[in-house]
Amino acid sequence: MSTEPATATTSSEEPMGLKLSIDEEAAHSTIGEVPAESVMETFHLNVFYNDFHAVHDVNLTFGRNEITALIGPSGCGKSTVLRCLNRMNDLVPGARVEGEINYHGQNIYGSKVDPIAVRQHIGMVFQKPNPFPKSIYDNIAYGPRVIGMKVDNMDDLVEEALRGAALWDEVKDKLKQSAYGLSGGQQQRLCIARTIATKPDVILMDEPCSALDPIATAKIEDLMLEMRKDFTIIIVTHNMQQAARVSDRTAFFTAKPDETTGNRTGLLVEFDRTKQLFSNPADERTEAYISGRFG
Amino acid sequence: MSTAAAATASAVTTSTLATGKSQDRNLTSLVFLGALWFSLFFGVVVLFALIVDTAISGADRFDKELFTQYTQSFDPERAEALAATGRDPKDLSAAYTGFKSGIVGSVILMITTALMAIPLGVAAAVYLEEFSSKTSRFSRIVEVNLQNLAAVPAVIYGMLAASLMAAVGAERGIAIGGAVALSLLILPVVIITTREALRSVPDEIRQGSLALGATVWQTTWRQTLPSAVPGIATGTILGLSRAIGEAAPLVMIGFGAINFAPELPYITSKIEAFPLEIYDAAQSSREIVRQAASAGIIVLLAMILGMNALAIIIRNKFQRSW
Amino acid sequence: MTALTQPSPPSGAGSAPVLTARPRRGEAVIKAALVTAAGASVLVTAGILFAVLEPAIEFFRRVPAGEFFTADTDSSYAVFPLIMGTGMTTVIALMVAVPIGLGAAMYLSEYASKRARKWLKPTVELLAGVPSVVYGFFAVFFVIPVVLQDWLGLEISAYNPLGGGLVLGVMIIPTVASLSEDALSAVPLALRQGSLAMGANRMQTTLRVVFPAALSGIAAAVVLGVSRAVGETMIVLMACGSIKNTSLDPGEGHETMTGTIARTALGESPVESTEYKYLFAVALLLFVITFVMNMISIAIVRRFRQAY
Ligand SMILES: Nc1ncnc2c1ncn2[C@@H]1O[C@H](COP(=O)(O)OP(=O)(O)O)[C@@H](O)[C@H]1O
Ligand SMILES: [Mg+2]
Repeated sequence: MSTEPATATTSSEEPMGLKLSIDEEAAHSTIGEVPAESVMETFHLNVFYNDFHAVHDVNLTFGRNEITALIGPSGCGKSTVLRCLNRMNDLVPGARVEGEINYHGQNIYGSKVDPIAVRQHIGMVFQKPNPFPKSIYDNIAYGPRVIGMKVDNMDDLVEEALRGAALWDEVKDKLKQSAYGLSGGQQQRLCIARTIATKPDVILMDEPCSALDPIATAKIEDLMLEMRKDFTIIIVTHNMQQAARVSDRTAFFTAKPDETTGNRTGLLVEFDRTKQLFSNPADERTEAYISGRFG
Repeated sequence: MSTAAAATASAVTTSTLATGKSQDRNLTSLVFLGALWFSLFFGVVVLFALIVDTAISGADRFDKELFTQYTQSFDPERAEALAATGRDPKDLSAAYTGFKSGIVGSVILMITTALMAIPLGVAAAVYLEEFSSKTSRFSRIVEVNLQNLAAVPAVIYGMLAASLMAAVGAERGIAIGGAVALSLLILPVVIITTREALRSVPDEIRQGSLALGATVWQTTWRQTLPSAVPGIATGTILGLSRAIGEAAPLVMIGFGAINFAPELPYITSKIEAFPLEIYDAAQSSREIVRQAASAGIIVLLAMILGMNALAIIIRNKFQRSW
Repeated sequence: MTALTQPSPPSGAGSAPVLTARPRRGEAVIKAALVTAAGASVLVTAGILFAVLEPAIEFFRRVPAGEFFTADTDSSYAVFPLIMGTGMTTVIALMVAVPIGLGAAMYLSEYASKRARKWLKPTVELLAGVPSVVYGFFAVFFVIPVVLQDWLGLEISAYNPLGGGLVLGVMIIPTVASLSEDALSAVPLALRQGSLAMGANRMQTTLRVVFPAALSGIAAAVVLGVSRAVGETMIVLMACGSIKNTSLDPGEGHETMTGTIARTALGESPVESTEYKYLFAVALLLFVITFVMNMISIAIVRRFRQAY
């Protein structure tokens, strides 16, 4: 693991020696209705893994107290975009981010910005449940402790977070037991509770249900709708039904292979209200994807 | 022959061919396999012979004096008793030889070595594994350097420690000098095993912590390191068990025959080390002293095997398979 | 570049969170300490070089190089007889360790089940845990007098490179076995399956397909074994004898490089004497030999890693 910072530039110049071979027509994205009150925006977001251009020119706006879904075929850069939003991509060796990501008006890739502070406001839930090898209680208390949150009563905070993740009733009698004893769905809700406990503003979720059974998935989907009151949620999913069920807005990505190298660069095709995007897509690539002819 | 039978026959051939087992039964193959078995168990047989032969020659000396007496202390009563059994009178002065100073010295050395080598080694490993970029020039230099240090002869570590001690004007043969030599000797082992232990902690744990807004150090200290403790413990115990048997580096810093208990603070006291005391006893012209050496070897081996067993128990009992 | 299809929206209302870096002084100190610890290992190497070079240079100021680099056993500072003793012991040790270490590695990699390997591997490695003093004692009081002289009836002296080398070989079996097993296991399964599918049995596959493919890794293991053998001290100190001897008979006593170093240090020579400085000149040579061996081993391993 490396902490080498991913460099960010605000210029829209192309990197030296790299020719962006995406043609304008293909890279054109259709932006529908944009949220009135936004929490985060990306401007000309380009991501590279060493020389590989993984994501091309993404412009997105994430609305306050909304659920935004990022969908698209595998490898189109959804996770990459998501990881940029709280600078988790800094941890990937060779990752480089260009463009701007504004969070309440501040570019989180600005030179004075501390990625650790960014992650305290913008939490993340991963694909595979990853509880810490500690008790359920300590899993929740860990975040508030390390970020130095002022906590009057940790027990109350733990209860609040577990209730917030609809897990309290299932675990209230075994808070001191190892989190590894929980089922996969419970572990994922524990990870959500752990994120809630630090009282973030935005919660990023990268295919949070892909490792879970349908019942556990339904519980998490209900939970997300509940959580929307307090948080802004951005979720990556490969499950279109899930996007349709839970999200307010959807961004559809695709990947375009480079003619010479064959590398597939991800790009944003369409971004609109979920209802609009699923019922009446503006771009034929979106239509092809959601009608199941693709992916 | 019916087609069905032919099909079965060919199926059998294909399946056995796939493992090659059908042809493992011929004579050359069996001889080869026998040779491999021999190679595998040759060492165990040698070790067994070593232990049995040494235990037999030291059989008379598995007594409490082996632990409570200094080398060649003289006990008139015991000498008389021995004289009555018709032994060579020349042996009598050494009747009660024991390894107290060596055993005490080695325990002091072990503790001091552990206190120096473990923090330094773990810190270096944490930096290399958790903080530095794998491709940085610094880590590459350190990496090659560690591989080289692991192959430096033990006796040369003794020379380095001796020169360090001389540079600070310390007396030759004191505990801290020996501990410095042994620490440097096992440092590469501690670093390499700690890195392996850290590497076996899955990245998901680190990411989960970092995503909450923890710093790299908080993540290391509160998540990664605690999860790696069994692996680190196993590695360092194995490293220490190697150090406890080392004699060559201690020779270089002037460890020698000491027939008294070390004084507080132990680290600046002149001490003796168990393997070195065994070496001295082995050089003795008196058979009874060499018998004590044999008994001492069994004790030393028991200590080392005990440490190895402890390491294996820790590994099997506490190491999480993620 | 694509035209920006959306107007730059006003950033979110409400309080702007503070994202600027808090100073974390404690962490900066910790990180500095960790870097220092990692860098310390480089200092150790520098320290070794200095600790050995300085007295070695002093030795060569006092004694002409010709008296050092000579096979003349009458010269009290001759190094070639020592190299001879060390070389002879090392060759004998390798004659034990290479076939046996390789055999054990082949069994572990090609024949043993995963479960069996879990138990057999530590058994082989146990040999590396036995202190060298113990091996030396075993060589002097069992291998030479009982095995070589009594059982085999060899007319050899009480201390000699034959006995020392045999026991030293046992000690470095794990070094050879462990690295060789890594090399053998790294050979792709497809190569084995190809051979087995052509009707070869496991022995033929091991010897004709897996072994050649792993040869460079095995070579690295042997080179590392050589470096261990050359640097080992207590066994040769106790078992190989203390006579500077250039004869090729491994049954005669031969002083070795590490033997001289330890014997001088154990002796009465004052630290400032030329006799004592001599041991650093020998140690410098020893360090250079093991360093070169290790670099060769690392280079071979690197090349063979790239092969797959
Ligand atoms: N750590 C990484 N290093 C190099 N390339 C990566 C890395 N992570 C993802 N990629 C590449 O970036 C592209 C987008 O990946 P990802 O964001 O994971 O896609 P998605 O989540 O949409 O499936 C893929 O081609 C993938 O191979
Ligand atoms: Mg993904």
